[in-house]
Amino acid sequence: MEWETVIGLEVHVQLLTKSKLFSGAATQYGAEPNTQACAVDLALPGVLPVMNRDAARMAAKFGLAIGAKINNRSVFARKNYFYPDLPKGYQISQYELPVVSQGKLRIEVDGQEKIVGVARAHLEEDAGKSLHEDFHGLTGIDLNRAGTPLLEIVSEPDLRSAKEAVAYLKKLHSLVTYLEICDGNMQEGSFRCDANVSVRPKGQKEFGTRAEIKNVNSFRFVEKAIEFEIERQIELIEGGGKVVQETRLYDSVKNETRSMRGKEEAHDYRYFPDPDLLPLVIEAAFIEETGKTLPELPDAKAERFQQQYKLSAYDAGVLTATRAMADYYEQVVRASGADPKIAANWIAVELSGFLNSENKDITESPVKAPMMAGLLKRLADNTVSGKIAKDVLAAMWAGEGDADAVIEKKGLKQITDTGAIEKAVDEVIAKNPKQLEQYRAGKEALFGFFVGQVMKATQGKANPAQVNELLKKKLAG
Amino acid sequence: MFDKTVAELSAALKARKVSSAELTRAFLDRISRYKDLNAFISVDPERSLAQARAADERIARGQGGPLTGVPVAQKDIFCADGWLTTCGSKMLANFVAPYNATVIEKFDAAGCVNLGKTNMDEFAMGSSNETSFYGPVKNPWDTQAVPGGSSGGSAAAVAARLAPAATGTDTGGSIRQPAALCGITGIKPSYGRVSRYGMIAFASSLDQGGPMTKTAEDAALLLNAMCGFDARDSTSVDQPVPDFTATLNNSIKGLRIGLPKEYFGAGLSADVAKVVEAAIAEYRKLGAEVVDVSLPNSQLAIPCYYVLAPAEASSNLARFDGVRYGYRAPEYKDLIDMYCKTRAQGFGAEVKRRILIGTYVLSAGYYDAYYLQAQRLRRLITDDFNRAFEKCDVIAGPTSPTTAFNLGAKTDDPVAMYLSDIYTISVNLAGLPGMSIPAGFGSDQRPVGLQLIGKYFDEARLLNAAHQYQQATDWHQRAPKEFA
Repeated sequence: MEWETVIGLEVHVQLLTKSKLFSGAATQYGAEPNTQACAVDLALPGVLPVMNRDAARMAAKFGLAIGAKINNRSVFARKNYFYPDLPKGYQISQYELPVVSQGKLRIEVDGQEKIVGVARAHLEEDAGKSLHEDFHGLTGIDLNRAGTPLLEIVSEPDLRSAKEAVAYLKKLHSLVTYLEICDGNMQEGSFRCDANVSVRPKGQKEFGTRAEIKNVNSFRFVEKAIEFEIERQIELIEGGGKVVQETRLYDSVKNETRSMRGKEEAHDYRYFPDPDLLPLVIEAAFIEETGKTLPELPDAKAERFQQQYKLSAYDAGVLTATRAMADYYEQVVRASGADPKIAANWIAVELSGFLNSENKDITESPVKAPMMAGLLKRLADNTVSGKIAKDVLAAMWAGEGDADAVIEKKGLKQITDTGAIEKAVDEVIAKNPKQLEQYRAGKEALFGFFVGQVMKATQGKANPAQVNELLKKKLAG
Repeated sequence: MFDKTVAELSAALKARKVSSAELTRAFLDRISRYKDLNAFISVDPERSLAQARAADERIARGQGGPLTGVPVAQKDIFCADGWLTTCGSKMLANFVAPYNATVIEKFDAAGCVNLGKTNMDEFAMGSSNETSFYGPVKNPWDTQAVPGGSSGGSAAAVAARLAPAATGTDTGGSIRQPAALCGITGIKPSYGRVSRYGMIAFASSLDQGGPMTKTAEDAALLLNAMCGFDARDSTSVDQPVPDFTATLNNSIKGLRIGLPKEYFGAGLSADVAKVVEAAIAEYRKLGAEVVDVSLPNSQLAIPCYYVLAPAEASSNLARFDGVRYGYRAPEYKDLIDMYCKTRAQGFGAEVKRRILIGTYVLSAGYYDAYYLQAQRLRRLITDDFNRAFEKCDVIAGPTSPTTAFNLGAKTDDPVAMYLSDIYTISVNLAGLPGMSIPAGFGSDQRPVGLQLIGKYFDEARLLNAAHQYQQATDWHQRAPKEFA
């Protein structure tokens, strides 16, 4: 039988507010345990939540960016359950009336465009952390994270493969970082994903029973976890079994998902509107004002890059994948005055190669934009050839200074002095009479041999165009 | 001196006829002398006297305000920095608050002396002060009787002249009913007038703090200090706060007083009815106009309240889990066992009952039938008041259907206990200001309160009407014999 996969994603995006969703405590990551938890975060008797206006602004920004409905009135609700790192015994979230609903996100997989529905995005507070190590059988509680604002973004069950799911996640990741509402740091949990996965016989309308895979913290693991889960479900059904609705945890070491808790243990969260908070009212003026702060979004930017810089759709996509990358590119183009297509190639191919090899982000590149621009300038003014430029880039990557310093130190300056090149050409011709004879007899393929010899004689520094020109003339006799 | 009003003490302090330290010491002595009333959960003479001395210095510098140096007893529901704050529960018997409630902060700023923390029903759940972990408070008028609740300690303290004034909180009548049963004046402001920050939550959408005093004038003085927008409480209302004392002496000629017929039907004791009727007659004499109004959904108030208040409470009280502060069971097997034992041992029976009810009405499958339905009733009850106020300025009626009942009389019958708040609860559901003033005595010589209900943010008119009545009568000046 042919199976169809149905995937819906819930992404928790940690908002980049300075303070928490309902208290004035700081949200910075990595502080000493419980140093960023105030009376409200500790849920002392009598304390009350006060909504962070900036979080509402960020939610609205996201809503605008995905063409969603930003609800004039949304309601905070309490999700009740007991856990030691949940100080109030309830999480303040949004339930029936979320702040954002009905948006769309465009993704591209294997050249195919697809529109994925975003059912809703709602504001909620994060819980603290339970620490089970280092306490000799006891559990430590760190409430620094308690109350940190999250935007939970829930997709429609529109995704049909692990690849689509990853494309959606990458697009979402790019969008929230473009909007500067999230730092996108997956290791620190700023961007977390739960995946609802089910399968059904192709052509069937009803959804199959779904399993929820919790908290997968990298794009690669999302893809692997979903692929594993799809296979597990298909094997299970084909073997006569049934998928049970449950939460499963992905184990990246064993590359498998494992049952975490079944439906029989499912909580009744007893949601009800939080009486400590008034409904969140977002006025049209606030939305309009927020709209003015929207940056150029990835799709628009990619479109512009194609138009303005005459880039291919592919290059434009790579260079606009993150806002930092796009900014880097434009900075290099501006500072170097280089042909935008050549700049694109050097960044999207050469520099990206280095970045990928060390799993680094463009913001972590040791070759900053002005350095890259410096190199492209030397390429343009023929100080170095393309081949030598690659060596210079490698040296810059290794921290040996900017392009001029590397060229100077290593003596990589291209020879453009016609006399010097001519001398080298003459020597090479004189040393290879046999090849000269064959060439003149019609074996034109030997031209490359002569170029190679001249370049070798000049340690690659001779200007290739001049070498070609002189050789052609001299070989012709 | 114990019989003096806050207004009188304020004048005496200002004139330097008495110092705050002297006053504070005298009241502390009296609290200790009458500790059998059990009106206070804790006193902290050192802290109180330090505040008194600071107030005296402030007065000496000529920087005193109307309340500077006046000792005020605080219901033990308000967090006060460095004070034991128990909310009447074993759960918080060891809890020393590390911060000030807004109300406490405001009293501190006014220069008041915190005289001590008064006894109350556990987590403000009760109408007789019998659910307190610290034992019941006795009614100073008759120590066989309850003082009412949940602010029973505050009411008894003021009635017995152990404090010139006190604070209370009112979720379903917890200021007005004990004020009525103890023969004092108490006002619950409109919802949102007084910040709830630092006031331990029972039912967030209903809770409201207010003063409990001998007179309406004193209530106005205290309310001036307590009210005001607070950015730390999202439900606090950003409304201008008038000087409540400024309009006390306005004439009430032509004031339209509405009498809801539903408040004078079955269930109202003859004694109380007689007193309330006499009070209305007095108002006629003062020139008020009496009109009949109707609050047809009044009988729905109690069922509505006993869905909504427990629902909110079940969630509000989830934080008392033994993890971070307060009581934790000494022995337990694992996390769940710790939760269960802590809450089983830390909460009393009434609190547990309400947590169970609240959990039930919010549960999947019951939410619509109970919680949502109760919210609809709440709207109907509110609409009733809005319609009634088209015909009148103030609504008057009994505060409580009976005078104070005997200790233990209703402890085994929660529904009978709940019915003692039948006339007060709908005011909280509507969020309106409500007040109780002493209006006479029943044949058992126990006090009867007259309830006045106002329009939103119309506390000034309630206080004016109460003050005018108190100018014409002396019920508010009566003190229980032993404490006079």
